[in-house]
Amino acid sequence: MGKTLSQKVWEQHVVRTGGGQPDLLYIDLHLIHEVTSPQAFDGLRITKRPVRRPDLTISTEDHNIPTKDIHLPIEDPVSLKQVQTLRDNCKEFDIRLFSMGDPNNGIVHVVGPELGLTQPGMTVVCGDSHTSTHGAFGAIAFGIGTSEVEHVLATQTLPQPAQETMSITVNGELPEGSTAKDVVLAILGKVGTGGGIGAIAEFRGPVIEALSMEGRMTVCNMAIEFGAKAGLIAPDQTTFDYLKGRPHAPAGDDWDTAVAAWTELNTDDDAVFDREVVLDGSTIKPHVSWGTNPGQVIEVGAQIPSPSDFADPADQDAAQRALEYMGFEAGTPTNEIKVDTVFIGSCTNSRIEDLRAAAAVVKGHKVKDGMRTLVVPGSGLVKAQAIEEGLDQIFLEAGFDWREPGCSMCLAMNPDKLAVGERCASTSNRNFEGRQGRGGRTHLVSPEVAAATAIMGTFATPADLEA
Amino acid sequence: MDAVQVVQGRAVPLNRSDVDTDQIIPSDWLKRVERTGFEKGLFSEWRDDTSFVLNQEEYIGANILLGGPNFGTGSSREHAVWAIQQYGFAAVVSSRFGPIFKNNCTKNGLVPVEIDQETVAALMRAVEDDPDLEITIDVARRSIEAPAVDISAHFELSASVIERFLEGLDDIGITMRSTDSIDSYESNRPPWKPVTK
Repeated sequence: MGKTLSQKVWEQHVVRTGGGQPDLLYIDLHLIHEVTSPQAFDGLRITKRPVRRPDLTISTEDHNIPTKDIHLPIEDPVSLKQVQTLRDNCKEFDIRLFSMGDPNNGIVHVVGPELGLTQPGMTVVCGDSHTSTHGAFGAIAFGIGTSEVEHVLATQTLPQPAQETMSITVNGELPEGSTAKDVVLAILGKVGTGGGIGAIAEFRGPVIEALSMEGRMTVCNMAIEFGAKAGLIAPDQTTFDYLKGRPHAPAGDDWDTAVAAWTELNTDDDAVFDREVVLDGSTIKPHVSWGTNPGQVIEVGAQIPSPSDFADPADQDAAQRALEYMGFEAGTPTNEIKVDTVFIGSCTNSRIEDLRAAAAVVKGHKVKDGMRTLVVPGSGLVKAQAIEEGLDQIFLEAGFDWREPGCSMCLAMNPDKLAVGERCASTSNRNFEGRQGRGGRTHLVSPEVAAATAIMGTFATPADLEA
Repeated sequence: MDAVQVVQGRAVPLNRSDVDTDQIIPSDWLKRVERTGFEKGLFSEWRDDTSFVLNQEEYIGANILLGGPNFGTGSSREHAVWAIQQYGFAAVVSSRFGPIFKNNCTKNGLVPVEIDQETVAALMRAVEDDPDLEITIDVARRSIEAPAVDISAHFELSASVIERFLEGLDDIGITMRSTDSIDSYESNRPPWKPVTK
């Protein structure tokens, strides 16, 4: 029987197997940020252990940092201390760090790929659940806790129990106006928040193959939202074209050697997956989340469901609580729901292609009166590229607030927060209670829907603007 | 971590599904660089509500947390495990855990008891009826039992995790016994793999 892509990548990283212990996997790239690393470095100091491979480790400041006035010191003393702690730790342990304001600074999952550090067939970890993003390159990439961060710093390995394999095939062709974000929201609607637990998911099929690298990163980014250990996509010409010439991509003869190795990385025709999910891409329309977990999604224009629409008592109960928290009556159509804030950013949708897509919708329009809007590029390089293309001017002329890079309102660890009851159309990945600020109400959407919503003031697609 | 063999005591029924790690410990608490003091942040957005189950007098001092399905989904924050543990819980029960949360439990000695939803629901009802109900979780036997109401179930935990729980072993120390294998693997890595410097 053949092997799946994830089995092949896994096997290439086994340092030790058997003996009643989980496989010990070698880690090719360890990404660090300020939030989940301080206690890990403390652990190293206590045990007097060095960082085994600082040259396979890279660090950025992203979760806490403000998105305006970044020439000034960070105002929140607790955030400042955490960022300063990362700077001290990186200096002490000789780890390369992109600090706030550095042209290479940005969200950890934007920075790795754009520098060419994330490559096919690698193992990538980070103390952040959205590490699954890097699977877009055909890597096994997953989020880890702080104990594991310390483990990787000390040993460059992680013990990992075997995972099941899962295939998620998206057939056909997406309708005009539907995006990678809608694909992954549709997947979440189908499998729910627990559908991938215990498995590494491979996204496959014509719709996935037709996506750009940015789109593939959007899909893999949210693999953790259905509980998958990791999500990945077989590398192909799109992957190689994206990587070629990036600062850390192989060059010269190494490039040819690497491409030859990467070309082997795909699921054999006779491989069998433990779980299989199939979607018809031609039926995937623009989506919006209505509740407080990312499995609670509907099409833009549809009605908010009622608890009685669900069969499972736990789902009914969750729907009832979500309606209360979100301030909804069942049956309300999404195009009658007034939105207060639009956030375009996060490791899901803050790359150049996302900003181009949103700007194309916004161009020639003005944001709705009273609407609060933020565009937060994923990195300094994304920001510079957007400015070069004039996207910043399109956003500014329409009335958007154009910010500095960072995680920002995705998780509200910096000053960008929702107020109690404030309703936000957000291109991020989690609509949990309080995720964007205590009492805030989050609706997950694509950059295109976010942009159209900013203009209409209620949930809308770009097609609605033309109507 | 400290060794854990048996957890015996009373339980709190947190009867709702999809309690994600943002609910367990909101992101404001993640700015701290310390390893302790997270008990105050546990479910902090719900604890202002006097009717919230953790605030009910009959459940104060319980050391087992009963959760609904999909407990601990979402973010990788180990702070969620630290908060639950530092509040005083030694075990968490659910029919399905968020995978990173469950893994983080095993690194800290918080026992993740994954059993079928029917049994979790039966335990919830039993504890709601009798907050003093005694529950015993035995790590080596991978069992959870409430003899007074005739509930008993088996849960999965790998042999290597059980060994670490029972002996309170340091994961990094165990891996470092394999340093020769790591050296040897490293010497065979393709030279074109990227470095960050």
